[in-house]
Amino acid sequence: MSGDAAREARADAAAPSPYLAHHFPSMAAQLETSKLGLWLFLGSEVLFFSGLFTAYGVFRANHWALFHYAHHFLDWRMGALNTVVLVSSNLTAAWSVRSAQLGDRRGLLRNLALTLVLASVFLVVKYFEYSHKLHNGVGWGAACHPSAEILASLPDAARALPVPRDLGVFFSVYYVMTGLHGIHVLVGMGLYLWLLTRASRGHFGAGYYVPVDAVALYWHLVDLIWIFLFPLLYLIG
Amino acid sequence: MTPAEAALAAPAVAGESYLTHRRGVRSWLFTLDHKRIGIMYLALISACLLLGGVFALVVRLHLWSPGGALVSNDSYNKMFTLHGAVMIFLFVIPGIPSALGNFVLPLQVGAKDVAFPRVNLLSFWLFCAGAVLFVATLVAGGLDTGWTLYPPYSLESSRGLGILLALSGVFLAGFSSILTGVNFIATIHRMRAPGMGWFDLPLFLWALYATGIIQIFATPVLGITVALGFLERLFHLGIFMPEYGGDPVLFQHFFWFYSHPAVYIMILPAMGIVSEVVSVFSRKPIFGYRFIAMSSIAIAVIGFFVWGHHMFVSGQSRWSNLVFSFLTLLVAIPSAIKTFNWLATMYKGAIVLKTPMLYVLSFFAIFGVGGLTGLFLGALATDIPLHDTYFVVAHFHFVMVGAVMIAFLAGLHYWWPKLTGRMYDERTGIASAILVFLGFNLTFIPQFLVGVAGMPRRYATYAARFQGMNRLSTVGAFVLTLGLGFALYGLLASLRRSGARAPANPWGAATLEWSAASPPITENFAVPPLGRRPYDYNGLRKVSDEAGWVGVEEGAR
Repeated sequence: MSGDAAREARADAAAPSPYLAHHFPSMAAQLETSKLGLWLFLGSEVLFFSGLFTAYGVFRANHWALFHYAHHFLDWRMGALNTVVLVSSNLTAAWSVRSAQLGDRRGLLRNLALTLVLASVFLVVKYFEYSHKLHNGVGWGAACHPSAEILASLPDAARALPVPRDLGVFFSVYYVMTGLHGIHVLVGMGLYLWLLTRASRGHFGAGYYVPVDAVALYWHLVDLIWIFLFPLLYLIG
Repeated sequence: MTPAEAALAAPAVAGESYLTHRRGVRSWLFTLDHKRIGIMYLALISACLLLGGVFALVVRLHLWSPGGALVSNDSYNKMFTLHGAVMIFLFVIPGIPSALGNFVLPLQVGAKDVAFPRVNLLSFWLFCAGAVLFVATLVAGGLDTGWTLYPPYSLESSRGLGILLALSGVFLAGFSSILTGVNFIATIHRMRAPGMGWFDLPLFLWALYATGIIQIFATPVLGITVALGFLERLFHLGIFMPEYGGDPVLFQHFFWFYSHPAVYIMILPAMGIVSEVVSVFSRKPIFGYRFIAMSSIAIAVIGFFVWGHHMFVSGQSRWSNLVFSFLTLLVAIPSAIKTFNWLATMYKGAIVLKTPMLYVLSFFAIFGVGGLTGLFLGALATDIPLHDTYFVVAHFHFVMVGAVMIAFLAGLHYWWPKLTGRMYDERTGIASAILVFLGFNLTFIPQFLVGVAGMPRRYATYAARFQGMNRLSTVGAFVLTLGLGFALYGLLASLRRSGARAPANPWGAATLEWSAASPPITENFAVPPLGRRPYDYNGLRKVSDEAGWVGVEEGAR
């Protein structure tokens, strides 16, 4: 007997939901508890990133001229494009929760797939940014030796200046912050892939949508962090 | 389907002990039962205590003579580093919450399990992986940076694989701690028995709640710090290493932003155990319940804003020093509130001097000294000369060993009947409590004295005039070890076939875990319990030593 048939048979017998864990009294209790747990975890995530934001603030204060110079290496158009992509993916993520709550299976599949696609677009853009920099010697820390080519492409004001010492410190901060964020995007993609498989098997509906809700909350945090990263790294001169 | 097959397919028999309802190694390693996970944690952290203890004995033996009596100076540096790192990250921080907390918390709220059993198992496995990485540093040539891992020294290119393994180990153990905290807070919020209000929570749970706040919000900062340290060592980021433009003092800020609150991850659950035991063994409701509960939260919150007192001589601004010093002294207020409430609980109580209570009395004496010497170190003027002397070493051992480990032993003896269904031997337990108390004080009081006299910490050698005190300290360490050996023997001996069986409620306690069987059934309670006042001893009656205590209504039946 396949899993689906077994599940339907159990539902027919009006048994409690197969997704109710044994230690919860009701689906509502399970949903509330899971969301509380996730919020706590997200709070932990915020503090995880806060170390990096603090490092950013300290280094920006100590090396303000270097940070001003270095931000010319980042292309704000790429950052803006990714901001639009990620914010759109948050719309589809929130929409997927709505679809699940309404029991709209097609809408759920569409929104989950769209979220996954937009997340991939974000990483592809990021890949082009990273590879362009690394190709031109703009690595992190001690490995930052910008090529003549990329120096020539800087705006006039920056081109006139000598390359500052410890330029790599800015790019260490840049790579670590965007890299850790990128890892979170990758994890999110894995989660959306998992949701898609489960949704295609009809696991979610009005009675049970905890995972869709939880992953969407996580995805909103990933978006929120980017919304801080974009201006701090790309826009502030 | 034959009846035999049907019996196998059926769920575990209701009413069977969690220890025996399934057998085999796999049924333990992949269990989702909070009780089994708690027992596995207990075994693992006890092994870590043993490992850290061996390092400590090597350190103490080496300091038998001023020039070093046992190992080379390099080996000494590795020994004290690994002693500190193993004890802190693998024993004192996870000890009480992960082992005893995991076991007791769902029982005390009257739930079947923690909110997220799978996450709980994941947390255990992350901890195992972290512990393995720490042990691997030994194989990889050890680590001689001190447990604080301060750069630039710790992240220099010449440091081998050891530092990378240790940083990864801290990272994994940290995430294990975060997940435990999430589980505890969600469970306390959402899984309480019907009728159990916030102020019906046993004080151990208020302590674990406060601990959870710190675990969730301080540990990730350590996580990102060790991740940055890892990358810095491999790729020279220039975040912490000055030669690449980094800031080593930033590491200290990050490190202590976690590692000072971590002190409260250690002490708060210990205080929770003390609150339970002192009330039960004084046969008197806890005095000042709400004050004790709220002082746990106060310690957790204030604890986030005191980290700078570790950096009074690191060159931070004098205004920072002033503010950090002031905030540090504030922690004394909730700590004193707890202490006075415990003492008031004992006042005119009918005190029963069993092993857990003896350990708790040791806790009062030692925590009093440990806490008050903390004031000397929190106050700027006295910290500067005492900084990095043995006075500091003695102070934090008074808190981490004298208070936390002794409370852990109190809790272990207190809940041992519930964990195992067996009664430990009372005389062995009492002997262990006395030996541990004497050995502890003999080890660490001399360290206060040499510290004030100016002996610096972390050196493999010392001035000849400190020899007498150091020898006392070494002798004390062996007395302490003997006491711990007695405790271990007394507990393990009770597991023999002939060991005395424990009744459900051997102590006459009123918290919910004592209404479950000893050991509890897999689902914890045969009938889901209702909340009740945790320290209301009216209605409890002792039947006999073997049958323990029963409630009035049960006795009437």
